[in-house]
Amino acid sequence: MTRKQKRLAVIGGGVGFLVAAVLLVMFAFSQSIAYFYVPGDLQKTEVPPGTRIRLGGLVETGSVERGSGSTVTFVVTDTIGTVPVTYTGILPDLFREGQGVVAEGAFTAGNPVFVADTVLAKHDETYMPKDVADRLEAQGVTLGGKETIR
Amino acid sequence: MIIEIGHYALVLLLATSIVQSLLPLAGTVRNDPALMAVAPSAAVTGFLLTAFSFAILTFAYVTSDFSVANVWQNSHSMKPMIYKISGVWGNHEGSMMLWLLILTFFSALVATFGGNLPERLRANVLAVQGWITTAFGLFILLTSNPFLRLDPAPGEGQDLNPILQDVGLAIHPPLLYLGYVGFSVCFSFAIAALIDGRIDAAWARWVRPWALMAWSFLTAGIAMGSYWAYYELGWGGWWFWDPVENASFMPWLAGTALLHSALVMEKREALKIWTVLLSILTFSLSLLGTFLVRSGVLTSVHAFATDPTRGVFILTILIIFIGGALSLFALRAPTLKAGGLFAPISREGALVFNNLILTTAAATVLTGTLYPLVLEALTGEKISVGAPFFNLTFGLLMLPLLLAVPFGPLLAWKRGDLLAAGQRLFAAVGIGLFLAAIAQWSQGGGPVLAYFGLAIGFYMLAGAVTDLALRSGVGKVTAGVARRRLFGLPGSAFGTALAHFGVGVTVIGIVAVTAFETEHVVEMKPGASVEAGGYTLTFDGMRQGRGPNFTEESGHFTIARAGVSKGEVWSSKRLYTARRMPTTEAGIRTFGFSQLYVSLGDAMSDGGIVVRVWWKPMILCIWIGSLIMMAGGFVSLCDRRLRIGAPQGARKARPVPALGAAE
Repeated sequence: MTRKQKRLAVIGGGVGFLVAAVLLVMFAFSQSIAYFYVPGDLQKTEVPPGTRIRLGGLVETGSVERGSGSTVTFVVTDTIGTVPVTYTGILPDLFREGQGVVAEGAFTAGNPVFVADTVLAKHDETYMPKDVADRLEAQGVTLGGKETIR
Repeated sequence: MIIEIGHYALVLLLATSIVQSLLPLAGTVRNDPALMAVAPSAAVTGFLLTAFSFAILTFAYVTSDFSVANVWQNSHSMKPMIYKISGVWGNHEGSMMLWLLILTFFSALVATFGGNLPERLRANVLAVQGWITTAFGLFILLTSNPFLRLDPAPGEGQDLNPILQDVGLAIHPPLLYLGYVGFSVCFSFAIAALIDGRIDAAWARWVRPWALMAWSFLTAGIAMGSYWAYYELGWGGWWFWDPVENASFMPWLAGTALLHSALVMEKREALKIWTVLLSILTFSLSLLGTFLVRSGVLTSVHAFATDPTRGVFILTILIIFIGGALSLFALRAPTLKAGGLFAPISREGALVFNNLILTTAAATVLTGTLYPLVLEALTGEKISVGAPFFNLTFGLLMLPLLLAVPFGPLLAWKRGDLLAAGQRLFAAVGIGLFLAAIAQWSQGGGPVLAYFGLAIGFYMLAGAVTDLALRSGVGKVTAGVARRRLFGLPGSAFGTALAHFGVGVTVIGIVAVTAFETEHVVEMKPGASVEAGGYTLTFDGMRQGRGPNFTEESGHFTIARAGVSKGEVWSSKRLYTARRMPTTEAGIRTFGFSQLYVSLGDAMSDGGIVVRVWWKPMILCIWIGSLIMMAGGFVSLCDRRLRIGAPQGARKARPVPALGAAE
């Protein structure tokens, strides 16, 4: 191979790798992005069963029920809509009624109950998941106590 | 009064750093040695002032001076002493103070140990360090001042977030910042060189020790953070691909690439422009990480109380530094002469391959981390990019690199022989496959991919050993000569082998945990038992307890294997009294490299309790491997050529700077 050909081969290989990486990223995005919804959104839009989403809102007071074993059901609300959620596992330490929560999972076909496989925990009890705070504020829900610490 | 002295020292630091930013630069422009000589003393003074100021803040924490707002918000008189001290940086203001302390520490190091640098280069490097110090000094004084007072002073503090009340806080942030901020030195060297328009192999020789040091600390810092999150959060996970984790991981990837490209530049004077760009990018990613962590723009499990208004300030710093640096680079890069030619199959070629993959991987992580932010800004749509995205893209991208790692050191500079290297690695490949087959036999099944992964890990271990064996001539010379040769090898050869060995160990840990971990969520009453990883875990009952600033309920479990007792483990839920905040303290029992991990859930009405039990096979390998990588970095750093060679390079470089230091 001449020097020019060699250089072309190297550049071609590098560019090929980069193109492959870009395609890979695009493929992975199409597979694994979870959209964020609050219960009010779900009255307007339908989420197909099996599609992973993140559901955020407040845990409705008095809605937490412990079933058999480690399965827990609760209701997520944004004061406009409500969505029943079931979760099997250990809830995060800061999971409380009336507090913000983000549940990740999917709906199953023909069932209004959201099956969560992850319920997000926060390190700080004064911290509200930003996505939740934004959306709730946009819908006119006042977040009592959020700013009292600062 | 003493608090105000600390505050005043911080203001003085700002003044010093402004002097450090301007005078040395004026000195290099006007070729005035007196002005250039201001730089080292300003840098050392700046460090002493910051250290003094930091010490006073620590003093306020230790004496629980709640008239200081920052102490009131984050401390408590009942808190154990170690957390009073580590609590200094367990909050935004204190964390930025630590950032600044480490930044000025590195400036002072350059000033003290940079005696062999050309005067102009040292002056410029310290001036650039001065700009960064000025920017962050201003940031602290204007938006995040830890010395603000409260009047009247409250009687008791609000306590530190209980999650942070752990020895991990004493270790993880300082190590992480030593890495993160350490790359500022590489950045400053790059900018200084671009200002002067002179970059040669000697430059790479001066930069490489700093990059190595920062990289080693960052490796340890990330590993420590991962282990801390693993045992403290009680979720059993060791890496979440969380924005804050990615923020520290991106500089690590870029820094790893920088280490390797600087090697090419030092030895062969090739990849000059690329190395300079990487130096800039690595620290830019550190700055970006600081922005992501400190501004709270991304939803993160690690987000502590953050303040978006501060984000704007850091964003401005970010834009000025990254934008400025890249503009300067664009302006000056074309004037740099490209050096040494090499064949695609050569040591240089292998290192280019390494750089291609590492930077692509860093770009992928960056894309995944920032995409939600960009999409929300553009369309208002909120999405989250989770672990599956990163596992798929990052995992696949790294695969060819892992396979190539043992090849790199076996290829010759300029023109290598892939076939010969492959033949030499025959044994390593065989050992990898053999050990994976043994693992398969002992596990009795499991996913094929997992054994493929394990084989790669073992192959990397064997490859690192092969490299050392070939260098010392095992098989060609007598054992005695080989041993003498082995001990005579330069530190950097050991460092390389160690670091690559560490990668293999980490790979084995990751693969084993991902493929073979088992998880059980069960409701247990006293006397009930559960099986995990061949061990039987029996729940004996709960016990109440109290610590200095918390109450706890602990579950006691006994562990047995085939009827033989293997010890006990406590797992608890704590309630920190000051903040009324509950935490989970996982019970962890180590068996060899594997761990049994027990986490408590909620108590049931009928007296039972929900228990989550994981068997984590080989999980310690993940962090042990990282520590081996770090050790490799430090061993390389001890290489005599790096310490003694540098000044020689400088002297040789001075008369004919364009030629640089010859080997």
